Amino acid sequence: MSAVDSSRARRGRWLTQVGWRHLVGLVAVVFSLFPIVFVVSAAINPLGTLSSTELLPTGASLDNFVNLFRDTEFGRWFLNSILIAGLAAAASVFLSALAAYAFSRMRFRGRRVGLLALLLIQMFPQFLAIVAIFLIFTKVTDLWPVIGFNTSWGLMLLYLGTALGVNTWLMKGFFDTLPKELDESATMDGASHVQVFFRIMLPLVAPILAVAGLLAFISTINEFLIANVFLTQAESKTLAVGMYGLVAGERNANFGIFAAGTLLTAVPTVAVFQFLQRYIVSGLTAGAVKG
Amino acid sequence: MSTQLAEPGSDLRTPARGVARRERPVTAAGLLTKAILLGLVVAIAIWAAMPLIDAGAWVGLAVLVVGTVGLCYLYLTPRHIPAKYLVPGTLFLLAFQVFPVLYTASTAFTNFGDGHRGSKEDAIVAIQTSSVTQVPGSTEYALSVATTGDPATGPLVFLVTDPTTGVVSAGDTEGLRTLSAADVTVAPGGKVTAADGYTLLNFGQVNARSQEVTDFAVPTSGGAIRSSGLSRAYEGKALRAYDAGCDCVRDTVTGKTWTADADLGAFVAADGERLIQGWQVNVGLNNFARLITDSTISGPFLSTLVWNLVFAIGSTGGTFVLGLLCALALHSPRVRGRNIYRVLLILPYAMPAFAMLLIWRDMFNTDFGLINNLFGLDVDWFGQEWSARLAVIGVQLWLGYPYMFLVATGALQAIPAELTEASSIDGASPWQSFRRVTLPLLLVALSPLLISSFAYNFNNFNAIHLTSEGGPFPADNSSVGATDLLITYTYRLAFGAAGAQYGFAAAVSVFIFALVAIISAVSFRRTRQQEEVYT
Repeated sequence: MSAVDSSRARRGRWLTQVGWRHLVGLVAVVFSLFPIVFVVSAAINPLGTLSSTELLPTGASLDNFVNLFRDTEFGRWFLNSILIAGLAAAASVFLSALAAYAFSRMRFRGRRVGLLALLLIQMFPQFLAIVAIFLIFTKVTDLWPVIGFNTSWGLMLLYLGTALGVNTWLMKGFFDTLPKELDESATMDGASHVQVFFRIMLPLVAPILAVAGLLAFISTINEFLIANVFLTQAESKTLAVGMYGLVAGERNANFGIFAAGTLLTAVPTVAVFQFLQRYIVSGLTAGAVKG
Repeated sequence: MSTQLAEPGSDLRTPARGVARRERPVTAAGLLTKAILLGLVVAIAIWAAMPLIDAGAWVGLAVLVVGTVGLCYLYLTPRHIPAKYLVPGTLFLLAFQVFPVLYTASTAFTNFGDGHRGSKEDAIVAIQTSSVTQVPGSTEYALSVATTGDPATGPLVFLVTDPTTGVVSAGDTEGLRTLSAADVTVAPGGKVTAADGYTLLNFGQVNARSQEVTDFAVPTSGGAIRSSGLSRAYEGKALRAYDAGCDCVRDTVTGKTWTADADLGAFVAADGERLIQGWQVNVGLNNFARLITDSTISGPFLSTLVWNLVFAIGSTGGTFVLGLLCALALHSPRVRGRNIYRVLLILPYAMPAFAMLLIWRDMFNTDFGLINNLFGLDVDWFGQEWSARLAVIGVQLWLGYPYMFLVATGALQAIPAELTEASSIDGASPWQSFRRVTLPLLLVALSPLLISSFAYNFNNFNAIHLTSEGGPFPADNSSVGATDLLITYTYRLAFGAAGAQYGFAAAVSVFIFALVAIISAVSFRRTRQQEEVYT
């Protein structure tokens, strides 16, 4: 066998074994990136309309960002969203961690029924009950305006209705993988169940807490339907509701500032995401296997 | 939630090893935390009780008191340890998930909606006052519009001065009430310029609420007082009057009668004409029957259901295949730069989905859209049935495949490499070993996620509402579009421009829930069997 032949064969093998992998990867990256490149291009396009936007930027200016803050309540929406999503995510992770601890470590009457009920109730998405929620909160707004329509607190409480559910299952799966000897020996040493939970379990399940928190944060930031019914005043809106209003009417003219807003909205998520990336892969699948 | 006083590990997993019961020390910090938290709960309960007492909502108050006492008992007793951990989340679950679901289910059996909001008495008052017209000889009043609350949103009050006696009265939706002359200042001409306890609206404020002022009516014995312009009011006669003897509404001019129908919650004339204002009644299974039997609804409904299934399966399956392909491609140490691929590939997942959906909507724009420009096409994407469906599924692929890529990557890493090595030594081709070894193992690990992803996409409101908005709509039916999912259809029924049909929308919600629950339950059962086969 000549040297040329063997190098050709090696290249052929490389193509079938590794080359296609790069091809798939490249195609996927292009598919993933082109809408984002388009958004960046629109955001820095000085004309700021949809019709003038190309895939690659034709000019560069920060006008759209300036206009976004000057002409809209974007700053308020951003703060509202971060506040609601941040607090709701933290509270819901805490609530579901409490429940997951009980379901994983304790045996009590109604445990099985409770777990199954959670699974079933969670299949009724909260927004299917949007009509009922609307009617309930009409009453709540009359009685307690502080947590009624157009308040961040009311919306946050509402989101906590779904705190138990998928997160509890995800976390229970993770709790189950921790060796029971750990908390048993702590109990023998005189630790109370509260100390076991806060001092031993919580630190050990930190990765799944991070993942569940991030998932809750992302889904709350993106929640549109309930927030849209709930928030009608300009200053109380979240990003999803407020930015929808930007392009609901004049979608062509406002496209530039909308794109600028999209990029800014992505900043906190992308940052946290990159930070937690390795937890996410292991966390999601660990929960999935135990489902 | 703090240190327990004296609780042995009996509720924890195994007391079997003979753990000696022993007293645990009470830590000061734990006790303090508990006192502060419970104090907070009581404080919030007292705060919440005040408006309930004002409104006389005794049932609500009873629930509040029982709940608060229950919470205090639970966290002060050393017993019921599991409940201590489950109750906080469960309270929210009950209040904002279970209760709305039950409420939805009960609303599904009523005709609640526009025109059917209140009681029969409310409907009669509404019918009478809305039929009030000015007749020769109607009393004319000077009008000042006032409110008892905020000028922009507070309830309206009409301050009217009788032209003959000069007596000033305040009128709201309850009726007319005479005010003492000492409490009001009346300008020459009869217009009230100040009144104790009322905020008068200035011209600009009245103008801003002109529609409300026009619709406002103060019921009186013979009819109602309504405004004509912003500073005059008249007492008109009700043309339609309720007659308790025949339980009907009679029009005094035409003599036509509409008889009350307790099943429909409406007044119906002999020729079938219904008055718009009705009242809320229990309609039993009518809403569900309407879904199935009313051909203008059941036809589109069935096609919506089929499309809904296609959309959910297409989105979940498509993203899974695509994500898995990428995960497989990058699951080899021989691929250099895997981390860079990975980071770039999952960027769509980290972008705000609601905003990207709107961006995609504009990328599919016929005239200026990127898709048409880039490929030199001239497709009216959201204008045709099939291209619209293709477009929304395509968008779902983009948004969803990074997630599937992530979980598939994780699951692939969990499968020992020895398995595929062994099969290749046995002579299996890479495709065979993937098909027979890797895929089944992956499916076991990922099927719970696939099922929940299916359930999520089945009700993916944003995916449709923010892109195609359900369109394109057929020319003869503007209520169900080609890309409408059941959830967007429900939303339009309840909050759409055509008037709210809460009862019917609730029935559709219950129907969707039943459907998703059945599908999920069946698939969970199947995957459980599968799991037993493979593990």
